[in-house]
Amino acid sequence: MDPECSQLLPALCAVLADPRQPMVDDTCLEKLLDWFKTITEAGSSLLLLQENPCLVELLCHVLKPQDLSSRVLSFSLRLTGVFAAQEDCFQYLQGELLPRLFGEAGPLGGAAWTAPTVRSGWIQGLRSLAQHPSALHFLADCGAVDTIFSLQGDSSLFVASAAGQLLVHILSLSMRGLAEGPPGLQADDWPPCAQKIVGHIEESLRSTATPQITQALNVLTTTFSHCHDPWTQVLWVQLHPLVAALLQKDPVPAAHSLVDLLLSVARSPGLSSSSCGLWETLAQTLSHLSPTQAGLLALGILKLQDCPQALRAQAFAVLLQPLACVLQATAQGPGPSGLLDSTAADSVTADMLLPSKAACVGLLCQTLVHLELLLPLPQRPCPWPQAPLLGAAVTLLQLCRGSGSPASDAGRQLCALLLGCVRVQRAALDFLGTLSQETGPPELVTQVFAVLLEYLRSPDSSPTVLKKAFQATFRWLLSSPRTPGCSDLDSHTLLFLRELLPVLQKRLCSPCWEVRDSGLEFLTQMTRRWGGQAGFRHALLASEVPRLTEQLLRDPESYVRASAVTAMGQLSSQGLCVPPAGPEHPGSQQKSLLGELLHILSTDSEGFPRRAVMQVFTQWLRDSHADVVGDTEQFVAGVLQVAGQDLDWEVRAQGLELALVFLEQMLGPLRSHCPYAVTPPVAAPAGPLTQALQSLCRVRLFEFAFRALFDCDRPVAQKSCDLLLLLRAKTASSSSLQEPRSSPDVASVEAALQRWRAGDQAQPLGDLEPEVVLAVLRSMDLEGLRGALAESSDHVEKSPQSLLQDMLATVGILGENEADCY
Amino acid sequence: MKLYCLSGHPTLPCNVLKFKSTTIMLDCGLDMTSTLNFLPLPLVQSPRLSNLPGWSLKDGSAFLDKELKECSGHVFVDSVPEFCLPETELIDLSTVDVILISNYHCMMALPYITEHTGFTGTVYATEPTVQIGRLLMEELVNFIERVPKAQSASLWKNKDIQRLLPSPLKDAVEVSTWRRCYTMQEVNSALSKIQLVGYSQKIELFGAVQVTPLSSGYALGSSNWIIQSHYEKVSYVSGSSLLTTHPQPMDQASLKNSDVLILTGLTQIPTANPDGMVGEFCSNLALTVRNGGNVLVPCYPSGVIYDLLECLYQYIDSAGLSNIPFYFISPVANSSLEFSQIFAEWLCHNKQTKVYLPEPPFPHAELIQTNKLKHYPSLHGDFSSDFRQPCVVFTGHPSLRFGDVVHFMELWGKSSLNTVIFTEPDFSYLEALAPYQPLAMKCIYCPIDTRLNFIQVSKLLKEVQPLHVVCPEQYTQPPPAQSHRMDLMIDCQPPAMSYRRAEVLALPFKRRYEKIEIMPELADALVPMEIKPGISLATVSAVLHTKDNKHVLQPPPRPAQPIGGKKRKRASEDIPDCKVLKPLLSGSIPVEQFVQTLEKHGFSDIKVEDTAKGHIVLLQEAETLIQIEEDSTHIICDNDEMLRVRLRDLVLKFLQKF
Repeated sequence: MDPECSQLLPALCAVLADPRQPMVDDTCLEKLLDWFKTITEAGSSLLLLQENPCLVELLCHVLKPQDLSSRVLSFSLRLTGVFAAQEDCFQYLQGELLPRLFGEAGPLGGAAWTAPTVRSGWIQGLRSLAQHPSALHFLADCGAVDTIFSLQGDSSLFVASAAGQLLVHILSLSMRGLAEGPPGLQADDWPPCAQKIVGHIEESLRSTATPQITQALNVLTTTFSHCHDPWTQVLWVQLHPLVAALLQKDPVPAAHSLVDLLLSVARSPGLSSSSCGLWETLAQTLSHLSPTQAGLLALGILKLQDCPQALRAQAFAVLLQPLACVLQATAQGPGPSGLLDSTAADSVTADMLLPSKAACVGLLCQTLVHLELLLPLPQRPCPWPQAPLLGAAVTLLQLCRGSGSPASDAGRQLCALLLGCVRVQRAALDFLGTLSQETGPPELVTQVFAVLLEYLRSPDSSPTVLKKAFQATFRWLLSSPRTPGCSDLDSHTLLFLRELLPVLQKRLCSPCWEVRDSGLEFLTQMTRRWGGQAGFRHALLASEVPRLTEQLLRDPESYVRASAVTAMGQLSSQGLCVPPAGPEHPGSQQKSLLGELLHILSTDSEGFPRRAVMQVFTQWLRDSHADVVGDTEQFVAGVLQVAGQDLDWEVRAQGLELALVFLEQMLGPLRSHCPYAVTPPVAAPAGPLTQALQSLCRVRLFEFAFRALFDCDRPVAQKSCDLLLLLRAKTASSSSLQEPRSSPDVASVEAALQRWRAGDQAQPLGDLEPEVVLAVLRSMDLEGLRGALAESSDHVEKSPQSLLQDMLATVGILGENEADCY
Repeated sequence: MKLYCLSGHPTLPCNVLKFKSTTIMLDCGLDMTSTLNFLPLPLVQSPRLSNLPGWSLKDGSAFLDKELKECSGHVFVDSVPEFCLPETELIDLSTVDVILISNYHCMMALPYITEHTGFTGTVYATEPTVQIGRLLMEELVNFIERVPKAQSASLWKNKDIQRLLPSPLKDAVEVSTWRRCYTMQEVNSALSKIQLVGYSQKIELFGAVQVTPLSSGYALGSSNWIIQSHYEKVSYVSGSSLLTTHPQPMDQASLKNSDVLILTGLTQIPTANPDGMVGEFCSNLALTVRNGGNVLVPCYPSGVIYDLLECLYQYIDSAGLSNIPFYFISPVANSSLEFSQIFAEWLCHNKQTKVYLPEPPFPHAELIQTNKLKHYPSLHGDFSSDFRQPCVVFTGHPSLRFGDVVHFMELWGKSSLNTVIFTEPDFSYLEALAPYQPLAMKCIYCPIDTRLNFIQVSKLLKEVQPLHVVCPEQYTQPPPAQSHRMDLMIDCQPPAMSYRRAEVLALPFKRRYEKIEIMPELADALVPMEIKPGISLATVSAVLHTKDNKHVLQPPPRPAQPIGGKKRKRASEDIPDCKVLKPLLSGSIPVEQFVQTLEKHGFSDIKVEDTAKGHIVLLQEAETLIQIEEDSTHIICDNDEMLRVRLRDLVLKFLQKF
């Protein structure tokens, strides 16, 4: 510990021990505790206590009967635990302090115990100190384990959960000595502490009260997910019958926790699953739980790496059951729906689906999400029932719109439940989008596009549903088959596109801004993907979409303007912008898109459109867009000038990105984008270095970068620093521009930069010569600056000394306030 | 209690309720869909319409070619349009005592009823209903009268000829009763019979029943009606809405505890959600205008148009449409826009509070002020000089058969840049467009119907719990085109009773009680006796006096002192003799105790049998039967009067007398 902190510590301890000076901000106490943890991890706690007797005094003082705040009491308990984690220090404290703090005589029996924070501090203190055999004896002696048992049912969820975790910790600590022993060791030979805990778990599992069963299951779940020693297998063998017995009850108690436990056992590498009857239990559980509860278990089973095929099949059937039920309810004629045997979609699920809207919607959404998670996994079931699943997703979407025509009563009932249900619509559209990774029979794919179009067209689709419909449509368009050797869209897709564009047109005029926004995003995605393809270009140019998009640059909603900027940037890159020649502006002077975007960059009141403009400009520069190539220098100069004055740091940072692209175009690649990439042969710089640097000076790139270097927003400064470092490295090799750094120009620039650094950025740098710039760059401590910027912004304030001072100061201020009251 | 159903149109109802001694007509809606069979009435001579070929029968006979014209495969009557009236033969309409109007759309047949049937009663309606109803009628009369048509076709109505015509003319019902539009004079006379009422106002009808209008939330001044006597309550729900639009919200609570709830005027487009449709309307409007096209909105001069203008007010700036002119053309456009601003007390809370700021409750005032919305009585005159394109025109009539809309259809129909957007749900848009085919202009169907949908109805019925529901038959099954949509029908217990045109329904509940007042001095004289805690009884002798459906118990006249003489004696005989009345008995006989008492009094060999209604006590020795039932006790013994009296006295011991 620093001597400065040591000096401050007694005063702080005195403040903490004084009930008249309440610590208002308990985050300080957390920070203080963190600090002590780092100190004790680095050195001896015993030494620390001996050198700072005020700490022990504080701990002793806490025990006196007084009106101390529960926060400080809790803090002291946790602090004691931190110190006592080291065995020598534990011995030092054990004599009197520890039993009085953690035993019956301590807060445990007192009024302070009613505060959850004290109970939590007690548990965390014990959790910290339980690190060595001596601690185990102490726990046994002071009867702490029984208290922990009772705290499992604490009214505060934090306390209850911490108590469960502490039990697991104590169990594993007490078994640690045995870990190296023979794996066949019987539970009867386990240490008494472990036996006591296991006995408690057994008793809880036999209990009829669900909360107790839940507690026991949670403790076991934590045990099997954290400890993988051989003894865990013995434990499972011993407890397995009790867990299996739970399944005989109706309804199965604590089903959710049971599922967690079984999955954690199945995942545990310490257990050889086949020997412990785990697979049988899992199969039994699958058939006993309700469809909603079984879904999670089924998904867990299917994710397991090694698992018997029969169990996987059973789990998959459970997962598919609700959808099979939907297919069966809506099937036009008798016969298998294709997802499961008709007998498998049994009445149980039908009973689960139909009685209430909430149950039906919940189960269907859960099923769809589970299947969606399963689809991309390598261990997903094979063969994957793509066609029936597609059918089910389409059917669900039709039911939600009321456009399906179910023949059976169950189907009609289902239709009435799902009608207009946004949750199911969203889940089904997501699922449908995911299914696009695989293809399906052509007639089903036609249905998919039809239902998507129906959703995109429907005036009743909510904005979120519409967004999902756009996303799913894009994914299906991506996966639509392509004629080999021809990259253009196939005729079906083009036909669909022709129907889609009028819908998109209408959506771009929607009164709801979310809809306009997602329409624009969809357009951007499509253009990026197919902008170069004749069929798409033809269809798009024949529609009003490009012109409507241009009008949305002036939308009142900033998000929409931003999306319109991105979309227009993309359209323009692909040459898909049509000059607006509507009858309303005949002969009016057309502004170029570049001018329009520059106007947005310099005048828009919101950040999003300006950021979007910067991104479009960067992309245009990268792609050598026709509007940019004409006079690149003027373009870059103009953009940098506007971006440099922007109030939004992201715009300024994007300006640096643009500057970097320009640098690379002038000087050749400065950075390799992927650290593992083979460095491509260095392209010859566009011209000699001097010319390139002169060009950089003309666009005032340096002025922009230097200004950014002293930006009050750290990411901007960091980015600028990186840019200048790259530039310096690039120019270091060339000796042609070496110039003594004593020229008067250099001095004046350096002086100006000093002022900038101090915060006075009013004065411009004026025209710079490349030599001067290089000299300034060389003289600057850019590495040092980068180091300083890499530190977090509060690194000065975060020192322990400052923490202690702050805490004392707070109390001082509190005191003054008190005086003011008189 | 009977219900006579004079109209088959579920949203344009006309029913007559006979309740107690009153005959009450509930609404008199006019079914105007009949006009769809007629050719449009162009404001300006239309060469296209006048050159349509005449229609001839299959056998080539062309005697109908003056009356019937063919256009794109459809046949239309070339005549002044005619309307389908409510049934007039089912009940003698001169016996109707009152007509209750629920909203301005449901009073359009009023002149036909009040002026031509011998009706002498009163019509009740709220002020906005009358004022806006007058505007609708005025507009209708104006639309039809300003384009005089010499021809009135009647040949085709001949039953034998009608059979030979193509659909839909062949299937049109009761064409012989179709009538031409009424005149302004008839309108004025009909409206003069209306008495204005306010929400929750109680109106006594002949002392027999009380009627009360309640806010129904659908339109300015729209009402549901409660018709109640002291012990019965009938609710009439017609054209109600739970959406937050401009009118005062619907009063649901007052509908509770109804014996019968007559439910009409639900949404005509149950599958379309008004919010979605408004969005659709705005999108299509903007899309058309941005492409340089014009938008035509056929509409009524009042109602949804206020909400549409409000939506557009919020939308046009954001959609960059601020410089697009909006025109509202109707002979009553000005009055409609002005009226809407002065009925503050009939508006929703939000709009009411604006009046105190003071601000106009509807933002169309601002649209007019800033010249974004302009209104004209007709397209002649000022409009033709102000007219600028592209623009948005709101005008009538939604049937596209008369009014200024006919001209715009002819004018804009040829260009695919233009769009007609249908927002009124009363007419099938395809049928409305039929005489304009082939049509290049885009057609968008965004029906906005804010009336209750079936989900809202089922919630409402759960909330107000009527004993019986009566509704048009269309509501008791899913729409024919969507037979799987079980959600698109009324689902209630017991199942709703349905009616159709020209049907008489006996409503399923009987009146059991009547309220009778008792005069104070008579009440004073009563001596109540408590027979159970909280229940007292008293006998009363009085004269029941009935007048104006009110019943009063008055003290009986004092018996005159018998002085002698024949005449007087006869007079005293008329007075009911009160003194010889036997005391009344009350209470019940506990069988076990009764048997014990019998045994105590020397009866033996007693057997008790339980029967469905009570008990039989058998005294086998005495061959006597005592039948004890809930409301009677009989002693049956064989001519042993002594025994009977003994037993009677034992029975009486258990009963109270007064």
